[in-house]
Amino acid sequence: MEPLNALISLSNFMLIPALAYGSQLALGALGITLIFSILRFAHFAHGDTMALGTAAVIGGTLFLQAQGVSIDPLPTALLAIPIGIVVMVLYLLAADRLVYKYFRKVKAKPLTFVMASLGVMFVTNGITRLFMGVGETRFEDGQRFLFTVREFRDFTGMAEGMALRSAQAITIITALIVMVVLFWFLNRTRAGKSMRAYSDNEDLALLSGINPERVVVITWTITAILLVLAGTLYGLDKGFRPFNYFQLLLPMFAAAILGGLGSPIGAIVGAYVVAFAELGITYAWRRVFSYLMPEGLEPTSMMQLLPVDYKFAVTFAILVIVLLFRPTGIFKGKVI
Amino acid sequence: MSLTARDLGLFAIMGAVLAMVAMFQSPQLAVTILNMSLISAIMALGVNMQWGYAGLFNVGIMGFTAVGGLAVVLIAQPPVPEAWAAGGLGVLLGLMLGVATILAAVIVYKKMTPGKLRGLAIFGVLLVGYLVTAKIFGPAKQAVQAVNPASEGYLGGAGLPVIMAWPVGAVFAAGIAWVIGKISLGLRSDYLAIATLGISEIVIAVLKHERWLARGVNNVTGIDRPVPRPVDLQPVPWVQSLADTLGWSLSQTASVISGLGYSALFLIVLAMLIWLAERALNSPWGRMMRAIRDNEVSARAMGKDVTRRHLMIFVLGSGVCGLAGAMMVSMDGQLTPGSYEPLRFTFLVWVMVIVGGSGNNWGSVLGAFVIWFLWVQVEPAGRWFMDLATSGMAADSDLRQHLLGSAAYMRLLTMGVALLLMLRFAPRGLIPER
Repeated sequence: MEPLNALISLSNFMLIPALAYGSQLALGALGITLIFSILRFAHFAHGDTMALGTAAVIGGTLFLQAQGVSIDPLPTALLAIPIGIVVMVLYLLAADRLVYKYFRKVKAKPLTFVMASLGVMFVTNGITRLFMGVGETRFEDGQRFLFTVREFRDFTGMAEGMALRSAQAITIITALIVMVVLFWFLNRTRAGKSMRAYSDNEDLALLSGINPERVVVITWTITAILLVLAGTLYGLDKGFRPFNYFQLLLPMFAAAILGGLGSPIGAIVGAYVVAFAELGITYAWRRVFSYLMPEGLEPTSMMQLLPVDYKFAVTFAILVIVLLFRPTGIFKGKVI
Repeated sequence: MSLTARDLGLFAIMGAVLAMVAMFQSPQLAVTILNMSLISAIMALGVNMQWGYAGLFNVGIMGFTAVGGLAVVLIAQPPVPEAWAAGGLGVLLGLMLGVATILAAVIVYKKMTPGKLRGLAIFGVLLVGYLVTAKIFGPAKQAVQAVNPASEGYLGGAGLPVIMAWPVGAVFAAGIAWVIGKISLGLRSDYLAIATLGISEIVIAVLKHERWLARGVNNVTGIDRPVPRPVDLQPVPWVQSLADTLGWSLSQTASVISGLGYSALFLIVLAMLIWLAERALNSPWGRMMRAIRDNEVSARAMGKDVTRRHLMIFVLGSGVCGLAGAMMVSMDGQLTPGSYEPLRFTFLVWVMVIVGGSGNNWGSVLGAFVIWFLWVQVEPAGRWFMDLATSGMAADSDLRQHLLGSAAYMRLLTMGVALLLMLRFAPRGLIPER
């Protein structure tokens, strides 16, 4: 039973958290990749917009809770997600009207768009903090665990335990559904096809009668949905702190670049690679190896390659390796 | 390309505003704003070299300034002999082994033919190198950190005069910039942005975590200062007589004089940098840089090595940011890794450059003054505004308390709006490039 115990321990502390974190990153990286391939700039406001979306969801949750609405055992926040999505669609479209549209009209350089997104980032950041402050907000309610360590141990009789938090399970399932729907949308619907055509060749798309402004509106709408979902799931899993969302920018970009900027499937694969690498390298493997190694050879150290504080370094190392050896990413990027 | 009457007018207005702060708020505040504006101006100059001259998008300014700050600790602090005895050599050896491992991996990569064998060899080299390094570095680090942890627990510095840390800080930052530039320049322009964003987070993580280096989050305080501290100035007779003439309190006079001492030092550095930058910009080299920025393809066709020029300007600009970081730490007299925030140290500097006018050195300086002034003053203004806006509510209303409490975040909002307005209506900035 020793290898099985090792596997359980590994799942509990690494595989499940990494899967959940990877799903959250994937939803974020998909948004980045979509904006990059349609609007053609690196969207630096992504992390902070995610924070604002989550703040809207938290607001909705508080309102629903005050009304006594509850969908126990599921968290109320799930019910508030549509509220957040509506708010963020309006917010992003307003930002597009007020800021980006002008630069599209004058055909500004890509870096001007990036600058503009820095401005939007500041504003969004300020708004989020005006409402939420900088502290941590927890908004997870309902049943916290699908099963706890103790229940698992009692049920299976194993030495090691494993817990599955409902936030993690919800994250993984939601991400799967969203990805399937997104690919169906991009590949099967008229709007999705027009998006891909526009991303592939702007002029040709114009000639075929595709309205670019419509494509842009659809892109922001999808981005808003992805943002709110990613932000809410991350917040349910790890609590809401505006600064953490800003810091997600690096892993999300790393995921998108690793997979190939502009490639949705790449963004997803990249996100899971980043998540597993971050957790795997900062994970203390001692417990796992103490089950796997023969008697007397158990490890004495923590068997942790890097302290947890360096998880950015892991992301960064991945990024550097990609930039050095395969700048186009795993799936050759650019076209969706 | 000197200043026009309009530019001088803008600087004069800024000076008048600072003079008003000194008169109506307090002279100390005015000096504090002035000093930080001067430091920001140097950071903005560095960024302007990269962005304005060459079109490089660096979002890791925070990392470069922090490395510059680290140099102050490593140069000016006295060494800790017990810590060196406990594990100094082990730490150094460990660091060297780490570097050697990476070099060995690079050599293997270059010498062997591509294939599975090479991959395995590199993996083997890295694994063995990592294990050996960890074996030597880990215990040495623990030993160093165990030496008198409440006040020391680190190796200390070289005990040299603090001014020497400024150029060293610039060199540190330039070194890091060289590595980053080597990797990411010559690829897509946004890749440099992501790479610098990453390295700045890592620099901060290292500063926070590696306690043997600069005490991590425990902060190094009481670093030697290049000008006398206010406390030392108070007993000086001419300071006392000056306080009498001005009618200020003694402590106020002393702190203003101490602050002005820094201003003088910073002004000298800034003047030198501006002189050099202006000379460079108007030389054949400057014209070449702008030619590369405006049309890379044709510059390449003229036989210019674009990637090398980019690397050069990136290293130079980052070095200037490192210098500013070192100056800032020696002004504060402490290194607090926890206080480095990307919004404040990276993105705010960007707002300064854009608002001031990218491509124009004087513009960056003016932008730094204007934006830093706003950054400091928007918070009280926001509180006043919120107070006014909520004056109809009950004094103990939750919403009112919340809004008053969040007035601090008005500054982020203001900065964003300022940046967006400039980009939209005056993309060339307050003092445009000419």
